[in-house]
Amino acid sequence: MRVGAPPAARRRRAVAAQLALLPMAITVIGVYLGTVLWSVRISFSSSKIFPTDDFVGLSQYLRLFNTERWIVSLHNIAVFGTLFIAACLVLGFLLAVFLDQRVRGENVLRTIFLYPYAMSFVATGLIWQWMLNPALGIQSTVRSLGFPGFEFDWIVSQDKVIYTLVIAAVWQASGLVMAVLLAGLRGIDDALWNAARIDGVPRWRYYLSVVLPQLGPAFGTAFVLLAVGVVKVYDVVIAMTQGGPGNASEVPAKFIMDNLFNRANVGLASAASTVMLLTVLALLLPWWYGRAVQSRREAAHA
Amino acid sequence: MVPTTLKHLTLVAALIAVGNAHAQKATVIHWWTSGGESAAVKELADAYAKAGGTWVDEAVAGADNARAAAINRIAGGNPPTAAQFNTSKQYHDVISAGQLNDIDAVAAKEGWDKWLPKPIVDSIKVNGHYYAVPVNIHNPAWFWYSKSALQKAGVAGEPKTMDEFFAALDKLKAAGLVPLAFGGQSWQEWITFYSMLLDVGGKDAYLKFFKDHDAASVNAEPMRKTLTALKKLHGYVDAGSPGRNWNDATAMVISGKAGFQIMGDWAKGEFGAAKQTAGKEYGCFAGFGPTAPYMVAGDVFVFPKTSDKTAIEAQHKLATVFTSPTTQVAFNNKKGSIPVRTDVDTSKMDICAQAGLQAMKDPARQIANPDMLMTPDMVGAVQDVITKFWNGNQSVDDAVKALQGAVKG
Repeated sequence: MRVGAPPAARRRRAVAAQLALLPMAITVIGVYLGTVLWSVRISFSSSKIFPTDDFVGLSQYLRLFNTERWIVSLHNIAVFGTLFIAACLVLGFLLAVFLDQRVRGENVLRTIFLYPYAMSFVATGLIWQWMLNPALGIQSTVRSLGFPGFEFDWIVSQDKVIYTLVIAAVWQASGLVMAVLLAGLRGIDDALWNAARIDGVPRWRYYLSVVLPQLGPAFGTAFVLLAVGVVKVYDVVIAMTQGGPGNASEVPAKFIMDNLFNRANVGLASAASTVMLLTVLALLLPWWYGRAVQSRREAAHA
Repeated sequence: MVPTTLKHLTLVAALIAVGNAHAQKATVIHWWTSGGESAAVKELADAYAKAGGTWVDEAVAGADNARAAAINRIAGGNPPTAAQFNTSKQYHDVISAGQLNDIDAVAAKEGWDKWLPKPIVDSIKVNGHYYAVPVNIHNPAWFWYSKSALQKAGVAGEPKTMDEFFAALDKLKAAGLVPLAFGGQSWQEWITFYSMLLDVGGKDAYLKFFKDHDAASVNAEPMRKTLTALKKLHGYVDAGSPGRNWNDATAMVISGKAGFQIMGDWAKGEFGAAKQTAGKEYGCFAGFGPTAPYMVAGDVFVFPKTSDKTAIEAQHKLATVFTSPTTQVAFNNKKGSIPVRTDVDTSKMDICAQAGLQAMKDPARQIANPDMLMTPDMVGAVQDVITKFWNGNQSVDDAVKALQGAVKG
């Protein structure tokens, strides 16, 4: 907004903008918020194949937390989420720093790193599945090259299958983190590096102590994008393991989908969705609050 | 004047034509989208067209998606004329919600009570009313084997008992082959479980568990023996089995790398596509011995509630056409399943289908598949237990406890 415009003109423009946003606001409140509230309502009913409007209290929630598969799903998503976000942020940052060195062919490399994100996991997940399958992929190839003792069968192991999902998901998403952080890096003044160089600061130290703190907002954006990906993680599981072996790689989204359609259990699925929604809010609200406080403080300083 | 009258006449004729087309228009939701399946459903569409109707095809890829589409359209007040479900309890909730038309008129005219197999009647007849038309019988519990693999391993012939089956698996293992081609996805583990319960535990134990949901029967000898046998079977699959698709497992039998596969008769499509013939390159049996129970599963079409007279006529016409002997043979030969009636021409069927139809002629051998006896919810709970037991180190005792919890609901 142009600073210094007369208040009346500013208000007029604000009204026009609000009018233009009205359809969007109605959609958000009516469609998104409305369906969310409706799902929450359904989670307190005994709905099976069709939604019903009776009231059974918390019994769907009780059943949910007595279902072993749901507990396994929650455990899995915690492990997956932590490793996935951490690995993506580290790897994405390293890739961004690498590209920031003005390497030759930066455009080509950037496209290559970002490409996995543009492809559907339905296709790439199948290729990961083949590569990781001990009878078809890496293990059998290395063994046939003359290393009969080589073992890499994580995808068929109940204890390790979740890590194969992390590997595939990191491969897919770290390019996105790189792109976000690279944009942040490009926004940092070159004069800082020149000043640091004169002071004899090594390159790695410069990135760690000068650049990293300034990338906070970029990291925040990347984190939110990744966190949303974690909560709804589904396609990678379907494509690679279908939740197996056994239920070792089940995730909440798959639990919800299975109960919503296959098992004709709309009430239980709605309860599970509500739990996921609350989890997301519990994680995001402090962050939003922090951002709001910070921007207010900045506004006060300005 | 003449031209105007003529114009009017054409208009009236056109209106009648439109009216007629509308009268017989049937929107049908189904999930038959693969090559062989769409060829099969085309037989149904053609038969309906020949009877004077207009078929509006609404294929939705994936059974879950197709059922969800049908349910959503029913809930949204814009139902299709007919929708595919499995011969099961999947649509029983839709019946109790009062959302399906019965087709008693067709059933009475065609005499369904007299010739439809009992397990199917039990699934589609609710509170004395017929709510679905069955189109085929699939048996999900066939045993398929590669003749070349068995020969290589020195297995004399088709195993006649469960013990002979395990002996054959041992020989295949010794010969360095994969004894059991297996796809480690929970629905395939589930098929293996209930096949074993029927073949090891026996018909009584099977019915006590699936039909009566009898928690006490779970701890009895037949079920414990089944679970032990299931665990033993796990020793005969290869390391690459988890997550494998069923057709990739069938391919192992086709190429002779593996000996056996336990899978539904839809596997025939894969053998056929590889130019193999039943009885020549591969063999099939649906159980052990001449009186082995024959499991009945399959597909039905339900008819969502409507009071529109023309739509009801279309629904009745669909039900009549689907069960006529000629449609039944034409459709099922392409689908790989067997007809729902036994008074049909068997000459064009392969030996597996003929064996199946032979078994169906004896009502004592017919047995309903678990999806007809349990709600989708309970099936899901049992599936979760079985997949855990199959893949983990759980003891039989713990599995028994978990199964008891699952059938208590």
